[in-house]
Amino acid sequence: MRSILSVAATRLRKGDIVAHAFAFVFGAAVVGVTGLLAWELWRNSALARRQFGWGFLVSQTWDPVAGQFGAAAFVYGTLMTSALALIIAVPLGVGVAIFLAELAPPRLSAVAGMLLELLAAIPSVIYGLIGIAVLVPAMRQWVQPILKTATGGFPLFGGPAYGIGLLTAGIVLAIMIVPFIVSVGREVLLCVPREQREAALALGSTRWESTWKVVLPYARPGLYGAIFLALGRALGETMAVTMVIGNRPEIAASLFAPAYSMAAVIANEFSEATEELYLHSLIEVGLVLFFLTMIINVVARGLIAATAGPGTAR
Amino acid sequence: MTLLSRNQRRKIVNVVMLGMTAFSTLLSVSVLFFVLVYLIVKGGSSLNVAFFTELPKPVGESGGGMANALVGSAKMLGIAAITGLPVGLLAGLYLSEFAGRTMAGAVRYAADLLNGMPSIVIGIFVYTLVVLPMKQFSTLAGGLALGIMMIPIMTRSTEEFLRAVPVSLREASLALGASRTLTIVRVVVPAATRGMVTAAMLGLARVAGETAPLLFTSLGNAFWSQGVLHPTASLPVMIYNYAVSPYDDWHRQAWAAGLVLLTLVLLANLGARSLLGGQRHA
Repeated sequence: MRSILSVAATRLRKGDIVAHAFAFVFGAAVVGVTGLLAWELWRNSALARRQFGWGFLVSQTWDPVAGQFGAAAFVYGTLMTSALALIIAVPLGVGVAIFLAELAPPRLSAVAGMLLELLAAIPSVIYGLIGIAVLVPAMRQWVQPILKTATGGFPLFGGPAYGIGLLTAGIVLAIMIVPFIVSVGREVLLCVPREQREAALALGSTRWESTWKVVLPYARPGLYGAIFLALGRALGETMAVTMVIGNRPEIAASLFAPAYSMAAVIANEFSEATEELYLHSLIEVGLVLFFLTMIINVVARGLIAATAGPGTAR
Repeated sequence: MTLLSRNQRRKIVNVVMLGMTAFSTLLSVSVLFFVLVYLIVKGGSSLNVAFFTELPKPVGESGGGMANALVGSAKMLGIAAITGLPVGLLAGLYLSEFAGRTMAGAVRYAADLLNGMPSIVIGIFVYTLVVLPMKQFSTLAGGLALGIMMIPIMTRSTEEFLRAVPVSLREASLALGASRTLTIVRVVVPAATRGMVTAAMLGLARVAGETAPLLFTSLGNAFWSQGVLHPTASLPVMIYNYAVSPYDDWHRQAWAAGLVLLTLVLLANLGARSLLGGQRHA
């Protein structure tokens, strides 16, 4: 297609040049907006960057009254909730992707796939609403006490059962990112050549063995890509986490303890940050989020492209 | 008890693991139905005509509605459509029809980066760009934040749908002596219209539920907004504020608002998908 178009391009007429220039402006605008976004975050966090340096990421003190800001507790909360979400969502999501790509009849697979896309379309504030009403009481009354007795005072599952906290936020996040793992994971699994499965089956392996020992290893980079993409979503997810994480800027040993995430602190405190240093510190938290998601998205796309091959990689 | 033979064990593992993948699917899909049923039960009982026609009541007075939030959300979606759609569409057109390798790579990378950006970061961006200079939270700022979120969604899907238009159609038009611009306007774009409408609907549905970028751009408002340069209430922000409040009456309102928002978002999704489904079979 490219070559045909480029032959035509050698005969660009005047009107075509204008059209090209016109479209170019908008293409460049997309790059411009993204660049401007990075620049605005960088420029408007200057005060905090100058004052705290790299210590911003290490210090746990978040004291707007004293003008001392360190984001370590938020970074910890974001990383922990995302890790918990991945621990729950990866087996679940990969399981669903295997079912849809390897087992289910095409029609069932299409219907289930569509339902999961609808699941991904549910606004995050609604997950938060359900989280407060259903998950938090369930965690307080059932899950946390049971985990506590089952693990016999292991500090990770210790402390009072508030219902809100790291674990609850991790579970809500897990539910929210499963559809992302499934939709990319299924595509990646479908990219595995049929001959690979047939060869494994012909050698006498069971369906599961062909899936586990042949299909999954073949699709591994793409599956990692799907997981990274989901991780990118989890890191930046704001509303649902804000509503169930407890919003306390502390690093506690227990997963039941209330915590805080980077996105949540921005959501809660941004409109009340009247002093410039306070505002710049919050924007620096946003800058950290920007770099985190940027790195993770680049890795994810590279991995997916590696599996999908030159035919489908864009 | 006799030990299972190796083959029996393999068969059992096969059935158990495959069964577990089916169970995961059932579990994930049932979350959707749980959310739907729960919202219908909780929200349906609080939903009444007043919800659509009245302003919110102060704490302590029961009743009232979210008419201002519905209008506010609609206005901001309108602004998002006016700003985000054309930029995204034309950037997608540029990618599929004009861009050389380097520029295409840059535009795609920027769009993907923007698409993966947490929505709260978009909120900060618009705050520094619009709210700070104007010294005013506004409907305009909220709408722009949603519009910026629409740009990458539209860019990538427009590119995809335009690329799906067969080369033979383009060649036929060029062979008849039409210029490339004419070919694009009269042949390529019309062939991809349905896909692009679908993408626009999906994009609007996605940003309609966004809360985080509105928290400090459009803020909120207990009354009717005085215009696009003033703060406005919106459905998602209302749900958030009411859900975290300690008042039972507000919780009921939040459920009602949640039901309305989810219904709109899911209907837009289903509508967009059925539109696309028709094209695939045609």
